[in-house]
Amino acid sequence: MNSQSSTTLRWFPAFMATGALLLLAVLMLGVQLSTENTELVVYFAASERWNLILSGAVLVFLVQLFRNPISAFWQGAKKCNPLPQVQLPSLAGNKPLKPLLMSFAVAGLMVWPFFVSRGAVDLATLALIYVMLGLGLNVVVGLAGLLDLGYVGFYAVGAYSYALLSQYFGLDFWSCLLIGGVMAAFFGFILGFPVLRLRGDYLAIVTLGFGEIIRILLNNWTSITGGPNGISQIPKPTLFGLEFSRRAKEDGNVPFHEFFGIDYSSGYKVIFLYILALLLVLLTLYIINRLLRMPIGRAWEALREDDIACRSLGLNPTAIKLSAFTIGAAFAGFAGTFFAARQGFISPESFTFIESAIILAIVVLGGMGSQMGVILAAVIMTVLPEFAREFQEYRMLMFGLMMVLMMMWRPEGLMPIKRSHLKLKEHQSDKDDVSVNRQPIAESV
Amino acid sequence: MGESGFYFIQQLLNGLTVGSTYALIAIGYTMVYGIIGMINFAHGEIYMIGSYVAFAVLAGLALMGVDSIALMLAAAFIISIIITSTYGFAVERVAYRPLRNSSRLIALISAIGMSIFLQNYVRIAQGSRDIAMPSLITGGWTFGPEDEFNITLSYMQVVIFLVTFITMTLLTLFISKSRMGRACRACAEDLGMTRLLGINTNQVISLTFIIGAALAAVAGVLLGLYYGVINPYIGFLAGLKAFTAAVLGGIGSIPGAVLGGLILGVTEAFTAGYFSTEYKDVVAFSLLVLILLFRPSGIFGKPEVEKV
Repeated sequence: MNSQSSTTLRWFPAFMATGALLLLAVLMLGVQLSTENTELVVYFAASERWNLILSGAVLVFLVQLFRNPISAFWQGAKKCNPLPQVQLPSLAGNKPLKPLLMSFAVAGLMVWPFFVSRGAVDLATLALIYVMLGLGLNVVVGLAGLLDLGYVGFYAVGAYSYALLSQYFGLDFWSCLLIGGVMAAFFGFILGFPVLRLRGDYLAIVTLGFGEIIRILLNNWTSITGGPNGISQIPKPTLFGLEFSRRAKEDGNVPFHEFFGIDYSSGYKVIFLYILALLLVLLTLYIINRLLRMPIGRAWEALREDDIACRSLGLNPTAIKLSAFTIGAAFAGFAGTFFAARQGFISPESFTFIESAIILAIVVLGGMGSQMGVILAAVIMTVLPEFAREFQEYRMLMFGLMMVLMMMWRPEGLMPIKRSHLKLKEHQSDKDDVSVNRQPIAESV
Repeated sequence: MGESGFYFIQQLLNGLTVGSTYALIAIGYTMVYGIIGMINFAHGEIYMIGSYVAFAVLAGLALMGVDSIALMLAAAFIISIIITSTYGFAVERVAYRPLRNSSRLIALISAIGMSIFLQNYVRIAQGSRDIAMPSLITGGWTFGPEDEFNITLSYMQVVIFLVTFITMTLLTLFISKSRMGRACRACAEDLGMTRLLGINTNQVISLTFIIGAALAAVAGVLLGLYYGVINPYIGFLAGLKAFTAAVLGGIGSIPGAVLGGLILGVTEAFTAGYFSTEYKDVVAFSLLVLILLFRPSGIFGKPEVEKV
């Protein structure tokens, strides 16, 4: 397609692209609609915006005009001086070091909240919730290859299970943690059973619809869920029955600080929640990693790679998908229960589609299937907006843009997963005189 | 015919009104899906942008002192179609074309990203609050006895029916008679073969997105005027419903999308009229789940053959 010489200026595409940009921007960015006294009025937007539009137009014009020279220059620069490949130190090679490093990391994560501010610990707890959600969705999207856009529905099921059970039946956090997970898994099973026969993109839309149905039900079933007002005063978790409040809410209970004879500090509660979240994340990681070594985990990945090959090997795709879907939902349920306990207040507002999209963005950014990547991405996604508070407004805009750009440039994510694989050694096979037929037996049709 | 009969007809009319606009949006989904097999998740946002542009044009003309309703409507339609088509074209060019050969999952995630991007772009540009407009076309005909429930057919509804009908007719003529329309049909049949026969498939795909966006713009103008209120979030729900309509009729089939839109609109109107307004969205989504379960190929769709 690019047969022109590297010095040709592209006048026509440049004018076209600039014209298109102006069409896109002028009536959307360039004007400001508002309703005043029931009349619709429209203004020209502030001059900064017009400057933005004009500079954007000039930039697009120049880039399009000089695209051939630029790309030629870029190719040349790449040739003489290839970009250094960043290689992360591999832990897989030295086996004995890995558990040691892991335990150091965990110990570090356990200890640091005692030395930092409350706000930081609180933020870390939030990040850990997203880590858990990301890891759970990673099972569904990254490992089994099922695009689930209603993941937040299961999160809501977990959160509301705890909130409702504690409100109506007075159950405590620990039993509800289990119940919340089981409830979410049950919902996952019930939804997954019929829909998992659908092809990938239909599945995405159906799960999206499911997430919306859950939210609408929670919003409208006012008599039980409190509707848009949500449920408040959800009790905090306890440590073997010890509460973290100043005074015990129930008779006969002793608050944590009195039991140990130390002064009351609200910081204990925050640190306790953080450590609890950390333990939950570690448990999640442990369970998923065990599952991955089991036949079921292998089957998930096999199914994602090739559905038809899987079936011809006698695996039941629906059962495998269902297991991934149910297990992913269970982790969302755990995370939801913990979320409800941490917030003390939940409402349907917390479970909109955007939340699903954020969790999906975490999985995509980290690298589908890569657990370290998902953890990294969850931390980035929760911590970064805190540092850039003035850009808070642009957060979702950036998320959307990032999803598109990641898919274009690096669909495997920040930290792509390394698959265990065997490779034929090129020279050996020749020397050993083993006739290996390297020709593919049949072209894939 | 008693009062309940009138009530029934009124719900039917309301349902057909909304349903015909769903049909317009659904055609965009179905055409894109028919040719490149991807769900254009950002299509709902394109519709929303169409509404915003129309409101801006109408408000601008009102400020300039234009008071002919026909002129205002025509300007709103034309400018909205031009700008929205540019958006449709740009979205395909920027977010989908580079991913043409990658897996469905990757293209869909990119589309979701694009949808989030567009929604927030409009939110930042125009604010997240509702923007309301007094109705432009008021009045209507009333049928029925004096003291009982009356059927009202508003002029706005008539405009919606007329515009939808004209748009659909133009589209059908274009697809069945014109050279480009034939290329579209050929692409839907077999994209690779069409390319081998010397048709610029990239152009055809761009055209598909432009047509889809133009129809979404028409729907955006009509629904914006009908409801009188818009905000940056209307595209999500409308897109989801139009997708439901497209699946209901059989994705890839244009008559199917029209029928699906009408059925969905009527079902929603009856749910709202006889049961509860809050749950009308639940009914739409449940309908989607049910169709996908029992007849994934929809009313007019062909069952898909899996290829190794």
